Amino acid sequence: MAGTTVLGRLTWRAAQVVGLRDESPTARTLVLDVPSWPGHLPGQHVDVRLTAEDGYSAQRSYSIASAPGSRLELTVQRLADGEVSPYLTEELHEGDPLELRGPIGGWFVWRPEAQEPVLLIGGGSGVVPLMAMVRTRRANGGAVPMRLVYSTREPDTLLYRDELARLGERDDGLRVDLVYTRRAPQGWTDPVGRLGAARLAALTPRAGDQPASFVCGPTGFVESVANLLIDQGYRPERIKTERFGPTGN
Amino acid sequence: MTEPMLWTDGNALGGPLRDVFMMDITAATGRCVTCGRTDPIAQARLFDHAPGMVARCSNCDQVLLRLVRAPGRAWLDLQGLAFLQVAMPEDV
Repeated sequence: MAGTTVLGRLTWRAAQVVGLRDESPTARTLVLDVPSWPGHLPGQHVDVRLTAEDGYSAQRSYSIASAPGSRLELTVQRLADGEVSPYLTEELHEGDPLELRGPIGGWFVWRPEAQEPVLLIGGGSGVVPLMAMVRTRRANGGAVPMRLVYSTREPDTLLYRDELARLGERDDGLRVDLVYTRRAPQGWTDPVGRLGAARLAALTPRAGDQPASFVCGPTGFVESVANLLIDQGYRPERIKTERFGPTGN
Repeated sequence: MTEPMLWTDGNALGGPLRDVFMMDITAATGRCVTCGRTDPIAQARLFDHAPGMVARCSNCDQVLLRLVRAPGRAWLDLQGLAFLQVAMPEDV
């Protein structure tokens, strides 16, 4: 399939920043123009490389947030002790170049031609690759039932708030459920706290449906949710996971 | 969830292993020599804070592979894997 190849050498490309969008006080979306971008599948990531004047370079992986299209979007969560994310979220300007390579990854991907129902569960910035799946479904006018359960700390840390609200209200087979773990907006009636067994069971399809499931977030979140899904009767081979490490809110 | 879960997973090996194999290896299936668990490489526990990357079996925690890069070369230790099963295009 053209544009989604996972064969051949990855080459570093000089992207250009054509837009910046703050998603939360600590997360920013970089809108990039990437010459000769071969296209991507939702769920894939890119490697970004920063090189200092003295030659020192640092490399990190970032999930692609956008559906395949003319622009590539990455949403970057700033880590307080980070080496790369503070630069990307605070110092990068429109018009700046950015070195990246990709798309990378052939396993944690959703293929939009698949007809089976999809369950997406994201913790913190783990929602980013799942957002690419939601957007791809929408861009394709897809009718595949898709549910997104998105756990975030508080209203301030919620990414894509307006877009998720809009998409969730369309009633076209996409359902979006938010879980606040520390503090919810005023008037919120659902429980506040970590996604435990009872809450997860209430928000996910019956195990018998065995949807194609994608879980992404901090390692502790992913381990917990994947184990709870298996306890619910989901088959492990139906659950694809991606872990960001100890942090990643 | 009280322990600090410092690992990520094999998805992050996508770029580094593609440098070596010229193809995606995260979707390849590997069998752990120690316990026999057979899983996609993407599901391995990845420790990448040391010089180099170490992937461990998600079931028994034994080392599956180690990858170290140096200027102009890569050093790949696969002795923890009994096999790698890779999807191939029909015409290869």
